[in-house]
Amino acid sequence: MIELFGGMPSYMVFFLFAVLALFTRGHLRSLLMIAAPVISGIFLWQTGQGEEISYTTQLMSYELTPFRTDKLSLLFGYLFNIAAFMAVLFSLHIKDTHQHVSGLIYAGAALGAVFAGDLITLFVFLEVMAVSSTFLIWARGTDKAIASGMRYLIIQVISGVLLLAGALFVYSDTGSLSLTQMSLDTVAGVLIFLAVGIKAAFPLMHNWVTDAYPEATPTGSVFLSIFTTKTAVYLLARGFPGEDILIYIGAIMACFPIFYAVIENDLRRVLAYSMINQIGFMVVGIGIGTELAINGAVATAFNHVIYKGLLFMSMGAVLHMTGRINGSDLGGLYKTMPKTTILCIVGAASISAFPLFSGFVSKAMIMSAVIYEGYDWIWLALLFAAAGVFHHAGIKIPYFAFFAHDSGLRPSEPPRNMLMAMGLAAALCIGIGCYPRVLYSFLPFETDYTAYDTTHVLTQMQLLCFSALAFVWLNLRGLYPPELRSTNIDVEWLYRKFLPCSIRCGMAMMKPVYNGALRLACGMVQIVFIRNLTRHHGPEGVLARTWPIGSMVLWVAVLLGFYLMLYYVL
Amino acid sequence: MMEVVLANLPALQVLLPLLTAPICFLVRKNGIAWLLAFVATLGSFVVAINLFEQVSNEGVLSYTMGGWEPPWGIEYRIDELSAFVLMLVSGIATVTLAFARKSIAKEIAPQSFALFYTALLLCLAGLLGITITGDAFNLFVFLEISSLSSYILISFGKDNRALTASFQYLIMGTIGATMLLIGIGFLYMMTGTLNMADLAARLPEVMDTNTVRAAFAFIIVGLSIKLALFPLHIWLPNAYGYAPSTVTVFLAATSTKVALYALLRFIFTIFGVEFAFGEMPLQFILIFLSVLAVFSGSLTAIFQTNIKHVLAYSSIAQIGYMMIGVALISVAGLSAGILHMFNHAIMKGCLFMALGCVYYRHGSARIEDFKGLGKTMPLTMAAFVVGGLGLIGMPLTAGFISKWYLVMAALEHGLAGAVIIFSVLAGSLLAVAYIWRVVEAAYFQAPGNDEKVEAPMALLIPTWALALATIYFGIDTQLSVGAATQAAESLMGGTP
Repeated sequence: MIELFGGMPSYMVFFLFAVLALFTRGHLRSLLMIAAPVISGIFLWQTGQGEEISYTTQLMSYELTPFRTDKLSLLFGYLFNIAAFMAVLFSLHIKDTHQHVSGLIYAGAALGAVFAGDLITLFVFLEVMAVSSTFLIWARGTDKAIASGMRYLIIQVISGVLLLAGALFVYSDTGSLSLTQMSLDTVAGVLIFLAVGIKAAFPLMHNWVTDAYPEATPTGSVFLSIFTTKTAVYLLARGFPGEDILIYIGAIMACFPIFYAVIENDLRRVLAYSMINQIGFMVVGIGIGTELAINGAVATAFNHVIYKGLLFMSMGAVLHMTGRINGSDLGGLYKTMPKTTILCIVGAASISAFPLFSGFVSKAMIMSAVIYEGYDWIWLALLFAAAGVFHHAGIKIPYFAFFAHDSGLRPSEPPRNMLMAMGLAAALCIGIGCYPRVLYSFLPFETDYTAYDTTHVLTQMQLLCFSALAFVWLNLRGLYPPELRSTNIDVEWLYRKFLPCSIRCGMAMMKPVYNGALRLACGMVQIVFIRNLTRHHGPEGVLARTWPIGSMVLWVAVLLGFYLMLYYVL
Repeated sequence: MMEVVLANLPALQVLLPLLTAPICFLVRKNGIAWLLAFVATLGSFVVAINLFEQVSNEGVLSYTMGGWEPPWGIEYRIDELSAFVLMLVSGIATVTLAFARKSIAKEIAPQSFALFYTALLLCLAGLLGITITGDAFNLFVFLEISSLSSYILISFGKDNRALTASFQYLIMGTIGATMLLIGIGFLYMMTGTLNMADLAARLPEVMDTNTVRAAFAFIIVGLSIKLALFPLHIWLPNAYGYAPSTVTVFLAATSTKVALYALLRFIFTIFGVEFAFGEMPLQFILIFLSVLAVFSGSLTAIFQTNIKHVLAYSSIAQIGYMMIGVALISVAGLSAGILHMFNHAIMKGCLFMALGCVYYRHGSARIEDFKGLGKTMPLTMAAFVVGGLGLIGMPLTAGFISKWYLVMAALEHGLAGAVIIFSVLAGSLLAVAYIWRVVEAAYFQAPGNDEKVEAPMALLIPTWALALATIYFGIDTQLSVGAATQAAESLMGGTP
């Protein structure tokens, strides 16, 4: 098999099949799209069985490493292949070439980013990811989606520019572009840290997640939920393991989205907030940096992709069948969508870390690592976050979508391919929850960790029960924040509301003064700048006009005289 | 037979187009004239490739015209740089001639076809001659041959303003050539030789005289005119703007490049780095003028309504980039300059050919003509976009490679480097602005009528050949970067 591909990196399969998908239709394309992750997966599996490899090539006199495998990148590689299979299967029923092709390219680029061994390759793949994923948002076609896709793209491109700048600094410092552990003491490290931080949705840089993911198409949001943030987690684990600051950033990430998730009405936005919360756990794990913690972070990333994908798929299915996604518009769907309901509950149980579901076996590792290293306060914060997860993702999502008050909607079950994709994810959630050894054996460090001991199971069950109790009590007393039709915006308020609004208010208040000043300023600008610019460069400007030959020759004489003078004097 | 041909390759390089030119004029049959011209150019391209390989394998080639030993006779001397430029010029000429047949049918009266090809071949012969010769006076002669024939070529333009443009270029070009001649004359006066290698050997003795300094000033200013270095670029926009499309393609992609080559030859080979940059404050002047060229050219391009003028002004900016690279006086900078010369020739060729296709269908290339062309001429516009991305410097296009090298070279230069990097980046942004105007008109505005009027294959194939080359040299840079670096190393090494 390897000979057949001639050592081609496995992610190339995705790009190849994306091109093929562009030119095929109907069942043939479905077949091709399903085949892409399968073939790439088989190929990657075979690569993974052998030695660690790293191909290098020469581009413009730089040593580049477009394909490098080790245990960390292989695990993410397997994960992305499985997840891509899931997402492709989930999106087979749609007839939209744009989404199919950009989905495949997006998945391929994410794999490329994971296997990139140098910063330039990484930059290229991250940019491909940014652009291709934007199409998944734009494909929704609503004005809101176009606008938020644009914001998303701008933020991703800013991250890319930071990364490229960082890469240049790394190169001028060390003379090599290879992607290794970096330190935050150098400018390069800080730049790359910020670039990755944007992708990982660090607090205050997280708005693109909650802004764009809920606006994507039902199938697009499944793709989106998988790749970008997990690539960032991978990069943090690769570049910044054990950086103390990550522990605090992660703790904040795990806690603050809970409040927003509780009051949010758009159920996919709830999931987006809960995604930031989950990434918070991983970031804490990476920040701690012990073998157990890194294992825990990576395992959480693995499970998270599956169960968060499952939840996004179930909400996607609801949106696809009913056309609605707000908690206040839904309810009572369990009557006609029993299978979707059950699958969604499996996802909810996994994310809440019920024993025997996948979330439990990975989150326990991070919690243990935190307590072993003596970060008691962080442990408490994470405990609070875990309770919050159960609250908003574990209970709220299934409750408001499928139970709660009857909305009167009677949609049928979603198309078979959607159910199959969700079924696959649910099977993985339960399978990993029951047999965690399988997952543990792929982790970057050897481990003999056992999640199922009395303390862990008991703590977790207590936590879950009291959290459920709180929900029930609040709901019965009517204290639970009602689902309101509104768009909640958090820090993005700064650039979506504050800036435009303050400009507007300022203008209204200062109108007379402002107008005067504006006129003056405009006048100045016009005179000094624009008029000068047009005079010199405009269509009829001095520099654009056809000059009389005499003045051309004059310039020649001036320049010659200038040269001669300089040369004689010096 | 073969051995004779191989031994005389350097002579053939120039003679092929030079001798075919009068034959073209004599046959007067349009089809045959084209065929002859095409075969001659293709032949000289093949010769150039051969020479390039010989030089990269065996080093500098020296060929004596008529068996007269240098420094008395005329010597043809081919080193890494000249072999690279020869290949570029003859290659572009071949693609241009493939493009010419259909394109000029719409723009020139049929009775002048043969004359047109004659002038084109003469111009090519002149340009190749400048590049290949190792004799300063011979260089001047070839410069005149190419200049005179390009005045004729420009005057073929349909617009009456082509005549004025050609006349202006004639005056400016002649002044430039005269200055070059004066400079060469001064050098001859001081050293008694015209052979470049010989000049380089004898000049150091008399370096400290005002005559040599004056010679240097005259030569630099004279060639700056031919090169269209700001502020001596004024002849260029009209010459490019009103000439027939084929001529614009050819001149934009070759003429200024060869002038740059001549400048490099004089600065680095004859006068030497130490004299040019050590004793003379050339570096400051060149960087200052080049940065001005980047800004002024790009800004003016943004406001133009005729897209041919847009691209012409953008050429002025791009020449700025090349000169910045040269003025950095390091192997890295010089190779960036040479590399950009190569890449820019390909990208600009592609863009002007795409304009030629539009001109073929619409009879002009104003911004209004581009409305909806994304729908009606999809292939042409796609090629335009590829070339445009190259000008902007998108990764995976040739333009990115040369700008990347330029920035890398500038990084070594502290504050001046920062100014240069800033102007390269700002220039790229301005390029986005002027390319975007066309893209916006072509893809986001409704066409006048929905009929598909794609340009004929005979025009599209050469256009796409250059568009693909733009992408190819953005990915596989072994040939371009390798040759440019070698050329830069040999120039900086001081060996002629």
